[in-house]
Amino acid sequence: MSTAIRWFWFASPQTFYPLAGAIARVSAVGAALLVAAGLYVGFFVAPTDAQQGEVYRVIFIHVPAAWMSMFLYVVMAFWAAIGLAFNTRLSAMMASAIAPTGALFTFVALWTGALWGRPTWGTYWVWDARLTSELILLFLYLGFMALQAAIDDARRADRAGAVLAIVGVVNVPIIYYSVQWWNTLHQGASVSLTRAPSMASTMLAGMLLMALAFWLYSIAATLARVRCIIRERA
Amino acid sequence: MIAAARTILARDLRIVLRRPGDAATALLFFVIVASLFPLGVGAEPNLLRAVAPGVIWVAALLASMLSLARLFAADHADGTLEQLLLGSAPLGVVSAAKVLAHWLVSGLPLVAIAPLIALQYDLAPELYGTLALSLLLGTPVLGFIGAIGAALTLGLRGAGVLLALLVLPLYVPVLILGAGSVEMVSAGLAPDGQLLLLAALLVVSAAFAPWAIAAALRISTE
Repeated sequence: MSTAIRWFWFASPQTFYPLAGAIARVSAVGAALLVAAGLYVGFFVAPTDAQQGEVYRVIFIHVPAAWMSMFLYVVMAFWAAIGLAFNTRLSAMMASAIAPTGALFTFVALWTGALWGRPTWGTYWVWDARLTSELILLFLYLGFMALQAAIDDARRADRAGAVLAIVGVVNVPIIYYSVQWWNTLHQGASVSLTRAPSMASTMLAGMLLMALAFWLYSIAATLARVRCIIRERA
Repeated sequence: MIAAARTILARDLRIVLRRPGDAATALLFFVIVASLFPLGVGAEPNLLRAVAPGVIWVAALLASMLSLARLFAADHADGTLEQLLLGSAPLGVVSAAKVLAHWLVSGLPLVAIAPLIALQYDLAPELYGTLALSLLLGTPVLGFIGAIGAALTLGLRGAGVLLALLVLPLYVPVLILGAGSVEMVSAGLAPDGQLLLLAALLVVSAAFAPWAIAAALRISTE
């Protein structure tokens, strides 16, 4: 019972503002430490890949960024839905604060993917299922942000964005599977994306460290942004 | 409820029939876009045959997106929409009826004229049936998804471009399944899988989209 009261206590932007600042600071420090540890493991501890050589090391940025990009869209839709259902202003602010970070990670995943693709496949871009659905995910993020930016009334922006995010999150799996299916239908490029089945445990450790770092970065960036939004609307 | 839907349907159709030019513009756009591709990629028959399903579907996507702006704009401008929101008929049913009316005057003509475009692209005659069927199943889905976007962007500045940004990514599955079904037939395979999935998308969007449209309309007009 007391936890429920606690939740609603922090659902108010005024009481959440200082808490967000504290969590953001701690998360930012944690993210910096974990990035340092993750990059150290990635660059110096993890062994050189037998097939790809050193270039595979982009995986330590690429894969965690791709994970975060998809995960953050779901989190964004979750907060948007909560905001729409309970009419809590803070939830909608969280959704709009998450969107730029999600779009950033989607872009980073695409960019590092292109940089990785050039030496390994000989091309910056292939119409692979994962690349294509990541690109469409970027469009969905940009659409959400563009819709909110186009609406002057903050309340309407929150709620319109929420409907769009919910429609988007229902569509994301449909898009993903249809793109995958389209990809198997058009067996054009002879590119196999299957990675080495046995991944060295240090590689996995580096990737998990980076994923954790990106989590903490997302929390820090989102909460810092939500503080700006609270200030803006105060 | 049924009566309300029927009234909306009849009203929207009557409005379009009084000014048929509006609906014809989107259709003309479809024909023009499809006619531009050979000028861009060259008139080599084998190439045209290969790109035809995709081009026709992309043109249909763009044409149905362009006509979306008309869906609620006039009713919003003259206050009809507010009366519909205040009325006793469930808004989801009203939205579904409006989408249906819109599809009858913008989607159905696309289905009817697509074989003509297919003729331009020298598509094999046995593909016409699948092309028409895929458009018949797919264009209502485009209407339902697009109507959510149209309702969300109602009365915003730059609504047209914004609508494209919101709606086109969501159209991807319909495009893949629609164009894919025709390509399956041209490869000598059965298009059943794609067509059934299109039908599934139609059922799901017809069941859920009207409520999202209704929520979006309430948000945009309050």
